[in-house]
Order: sequence, then C-alpha cells, then structure tokens
Amino acid sequence: MTLSDRAVAALKKELGSGVLEVESFRGETTVVLDREAIVRACEILRDTPELGFNRLASLTAVDYWPDEPRFSVIYQVFSIPHGQYLGLRIPLQGADAELPTIESVYLNANWFEREVYDMFGILFEGHSDLRRLIMPKDWEGHPLRKDYPLGYEEIQFSFNFDEIDRRKRYAKE
Amino acid sequence: MGVEQKLGRLGIVTTTLEKVVNWSRTRAMWPMLFGLACCAIEMMAAQASDYDMSRFGMELMRATPRQSDLMIVAGRVTRKMAPVLRRLYDQMPEPKWVVAMGDCASCGGIFNNYAIVQGVDEIVPVDVFVSGCPPRPEALIHGILTLRDKVMAEKIQDWS
Amino acid sequence: MLEPHLEVTFEELKHLVSERAISGETMVLNMGPQHPSTHGVLRLLLELDGERIVRCNPDIGFLHTGIEKNMESKRYDQALVMTDRMDYLNTVGNNLCFTLAVEKLIDIDVPERAQVIRVILVELQRIASHLIFLASHALDLAAASVFLYCFREREIILDIFEMCSGARMMTSYIRPGGLWRDVPDEFEDAVRNFVKIFPKRIQQYEDLLSNNPLYIDRTRGIGEISREDAIRWGLTGPALRAAGEPFDLRRAVPYTGYERYDFDIPLGSKGDTYDRYIVRIEEMRQSLRIIQQAVDSIPAGPWRSNNRKFVPPPRSELGHSMEALIHHFKLWTEGFSAPKGAVYVPVESARGEIGCYLVGDGGPKPYRVHFQTPSLSNLQVLPVLAEGCLVADLVAIISSLDPILGDVDR
Repeated sequence: MTLSDRAVAALKKELGSGVLEVESFRGETTVVLDREAIVRACEILRDTPELGFNRLASLTAVDYWPDEPRFSVIYQVFSIPHGQYLGLRIPLQGADAELPTIESVYLNANWFEREVYDMFGILFEGHSDLRRLIMPKDWEGHPLRKDYPLGYEEIQFSFNFDEIDRRKRYAKE
Repeated sequence: MGVEQKLGRLGIVTTTLEKVVNWSRTRAMWPMLFGLACCAIEMMAAQASDYDMSRFGMELMRATPRQSDLMIVAGRVTRKMAPVLRRLYDQMPEPKWVVAMGDCASCGGIFNNYAIVQGVDEIVPVDVFVSGCPPRPEALIHGILTLRDKVMAEKIQDWS
Repeated sequence: MLEPHLEVTFEELKHLVSERAISGETMVLNMGPQHPSTHGVLRLLLELDGERIVRCNPDIGFLHTGIEKNMESKRYDQALVMTDRMDYLNTVGNNLCFTLAVEKLIDIDVPERAQVIRVILVELQRIASHLIFLASHALDLAAASVFLYCFREREIILDIFEMCSGARMMTSYIRPGGLWRDVPDEFEDAVRNFVKIFPKRIQQYEDLLSNNPLYIDRTRGIGEISREDAIRWGLTGPALRAAGEPFDLRRAVPYTGYERYDFDIPLGSKGDTYDRYIVRIEEMRQSLRIIQQAVDSIPAGPWRSNNRKFVPPPRSELGHSMEALIHHFKLWTEGFSAPKGAVYVPVESARGEIGCYLVGDGGPKPYRVHFQTPSLSNLQVLPVLAEGCLVADLVAIISSLDPILGDVDR
C-alpha cells in the first residue's frame, strides 16, 4: 500500500462524503474534495504521523470558463519524511467562488492564496490579509481568468508603420 | 600625459565650447544602478571583470537618480513599474539620457500581453535602443558608444 | 493618471503596521522598488523603531510579466522560450522543469545521452546562479572584489552555454524529447577544464569571506530561523537546508537520472545568513562532483527521442523522406497535441523547488501553466526573518534568500 493509497484511505475514513473522487494520471494521485472539507483534509494530511504531508508545495487554480464548475483550486502537498506528493483538487461553481483558507494549517498558503485571489478572483474565507499580491491595487479584473483578454498589441511592421505611429503614444522630456 | 609632446610648448589649446562640453559629458557618464530583469544581469556582467565598462568612465553606478546622467532601462517594464520608472527619470538632473536595453524595453519583446509596456519609449524619451534578448555586454557597450557619438554631435542651440 | 497606486493612504496601511506607528512612535519607511540591494524591483514597507525593524511588508509584482497567461496562447514548443525569462539566473533549470512536465504529459522517453547532458548543464547553471548570489550578496555587504571574481568564473560557464546553444543566458536548449541539437565536440573538454580550475576558485572566495571577521559579524546570527519554522513556512532550497532540513528534490524525488550520481546534501545548523552562504558554497562543490561524474559517463547515441509525433526529424532525412517532411511541416506549423490531463513536476532549481503545474486540453497549446517558484516561497518568509533586525542586516537577509524578482512575479 503506497503512501497516496494510505492518504486516500485516511481522508475517506475521516471525511466520508467530503471526498468526491480520486483521480490518477501519469502516476499522480489527485483527491477531489468538497470545498468545506479542505481545512480538515489538510489537518489530517499534516498531522497523521504515518502520512506527514508537512509541506504545501503548490497552490494554484485553473479556470474552465465557460464550463461549470468553473474553477478548480489545486493544492500539492509534499511529505518530506516519505518524499511523495499528493494533489488535492476542489471544484468551485460560479464566477465569484469562495472557499475556506488553509492558512491555519500551512503558513505559506498566505501568499499563494493571495496570488490566486489576485489572478482568479477566488475569495478565501477567513484569510488574514486578502489583498492583491501581484497586480497594482487599482487593477481591474483578474488576469488569469479565461474571459480576461491577453491584451495583445498590434506589431509595427513596415507596411503598417505609419498607421500605428500616428496613434502610438510617445513620452515627452 | 603625452599631450605636451604633441602640442609643443604652446600652452594654449583652442576648441569650441560645444566640443569641450560634449566631450566632458561623454567621458564620465554615470549610469543609474537600476536593474529590472534579465538584462540587468548582463548589465552587471558588462560592469564586471571580463567587459569592464570602467574603460569608458562608467565604473560608478549611482544608486540614486539625483547623481546619474544615464538611465539604462535593463529589462521589461510592467504597468506597475511604469510610474516608478517615470518618476525616477524625472528625478534625474539635466542633461540626461536613456538607453533602452534589450527587446522588452525597446518594444515589448516576446511579451505582448496585458502586463508589459510595449516599449519604454511610451514612458521616457529613449536615445538608444539596444537589441537582443538579453543583449550581450558587447552590445550594451556598443549602444553606449553610439550614445556617445550622439552626444558629441549635440549643438549648443539645442541645449535647453 | 500614472500616479495613483504609488500613494498609499492611511486606511490601507492601517492593518499592516502596529499600533505604535499610528500613534507616531515608530516610523514607516518605503524601501524600493528602485534600491541597489533589493535585487531587482522588490518594494518593502518597513516600520522602524529607530534602526530596528518592527514590521516588514513586501510588496511584489513590479516585474509581473504575465508569463502564465501568455503561455496559454502559445504552443508547447513556443511556450518553452518564456520559461527562460522567468528565473533568469536559472534558465536551463526552468527549461528542464517545463520540458519534464511536457514530457510527462505526452508520455515520451528521453535518450540517455540527453539526460546526462541535461544534468551537466543544469548543474553548471546552478553554479552560475550561486556565483551571482555570491557576487551580489558580497556587494551588498560592501565586499566589492568578490563581485569581480565571481563574474570571471561565470563567464566560463556562459561560454559553455554559448558553445552549445548560441546564447549566453536564454538558451532554450533543453526541448521536449531531448535537446535542441547535439553538443559540439569541444563541449567535454570545456567542461573538464572548468571542473579542473573551479575548486581553486571556490577556495579564493572562501578565503575572502568565510573567515573574514567583518563578514562574520554581518552575517552570523542574522535572520535566523529554526528547522521547524522553516518547514512550516515552506522555505525551499538552500535556505531550508541551511536551517538543517536535508530536503533536496534531486534526492527526494529523483528526475533526469539524479539517482545515479553520488553527492552530499550540505546542511547548516542555525539557519542564519552565514549558513545560507556556506550551504551555497558547499553546493557548488557538490555540483562539481555531479558534473565530474556525468561528464565521465556521457554515453554515445541519440540526443533526442525518435518519436516523430513530438520531436522533429533530423535535417538529413528531410531531403529523401516524404514522411519526415510531413512530420517536420506538421510540427512547425501546428505543433504537437498533448492529451487532456494535468501533471505537476517539481525540480530542484538553484533557489529551491520550482514546480510546473501543466494542464493539457488535447490541443497543441497548454490550457494552463502554473509555475510554483522558489523565490516566492522564500521571499514570503522575509517578514519573519527581518523582524527585530537592523535595516543594514535586512539587506544581508534579502540577498541571502537570493530572490529573483522575475521568478517571484512571473
């Protein structure tokens, strides 16, 4: 029984219906959890001695717009004693999704959650300092959402040089 | 010095004011110690042992804009950084010059997106563009020598 | 119009500073984003009691390049070049991280020769990155001569990169399926030459700093963190190992054949600035050991995969094989398609764990790429390390964490 099997078994035992699904792809195990179960799940993973997932390696989100559930928040936790990763995934409905913060379990989730809030607009309930991390504070929109445009500017070649030059802004002394 | 032998014992040199002023401006042009991204590392390399920009009177990188003549915009300028960059430029005393180092500073480079200013000439007036991603230290030095040529050609009636 | 976000209002500051700042007892000082020793465009909001730091609030994002978003609009092979520009001191390592993620997603094998050469290049890059750390760290502590020595050796490494790929920094040499092209004949000699001369050079840096009383005064006991706290705060890389935790992904989750090489994981004991310096110095020696073992064992053979669905055919085949021509055309116009699914691939970069979370949607472009970068994890701990120390020591702490702002903001 591998570590990820044991982790899945422990999560299923403690959380019951909180574990929605277990995915396996290219040798990576990802546990799909209900949003309410995330804090408890992290506590179990960190505090059970034979699991020992004591490091939050990664926290990010994916936007599946226009599909629903729209967002997936993905956690990668790592067990330093056993040298293994485990993925956690939380599907979230709607454009203004919310989920509880795991800051109390893994301290470094603080900035990671702020980044996800900044880039995706996913709110973390109970977060101590939920401000934009990367974009300027007066920025509108959340750049990594799929309905946010990339912001491409037309490139100036010799055939359209004059046309772009006319509307291009140049700085003054 | 060597100049004496060439000039003989005359003791007088005649030249134009333009030339003297331009010459003195180019020979000790102090760049601002201001790195943004990847190009800053190549700028550091240009300062360091192998390329040694002090050969051109530029060993002094000033950390404050108030003491510098030349701003080398080394790297990509983001929308968040743009106002800071302009403020730094405004704080530099006249005369001042700007070198846009690298593709990102010149035109946005490979990053044509929401976050990056597509060419730093939208924010500050640029004198010399140096291409490359990042430019080699030689390219930066070439850019600075080009800037020197430009400064040497300045005319007194254009000074403001 | 340009100004608004520069000016902070009282309401915004309120929860970031202590009560004493509001009553005017302590001073709030802005440091950066243009500051000689914040290593790029990091901005810090410091609350000072005299010269002591009460609180330190980093403000990042001044180098946010939108790389993750931009990658979504590029094909896998085009997106690769963006990884170089993220952590620009660990370009080859970033290539490796993204490449491994793509290879895992499309499930492709990489020939032995490519793997060994990858290890050599990544370890050379690690040394080059640590040299920049050492140069800038020493410069921040006013030891200017170390800077000159470090860049001397870095040029040798960059020459090797240039020999292989034609570029000094942004090599994009490691590609999905193997390498861009085979290394030139002079490569082995150049690497051996470097391995031969470099140990003496490390000794030179150590002579300048390790026992220097001024340096020790500035670094011993500055920015300490315990092993437990380091794990709880998610420190990675040399900063974590300096706190005494032997966590190295090359050992914990070996990739690219790292399990074959014999190397030690240098550890610190107190987790202070000096330990972080010593760990990095020692890591350069260990990297040399790995390079030596790797360069002695470069096998002959192909240097990229033979799977034509993902890897372009060699130039020589294009002239007489119709199939090769079709593959070449398809690969360079459409790119290859990766299956639906998500992978997370962590790699030990010079700064710690860099992880690539890659989501494929069955098309030729990644659906989502996320880089979990070590500089972000490490910089997050700065307020903890900086509390109670002097402003001058803060500079030493920042440089000992070695954050690369391009890596923090992406």
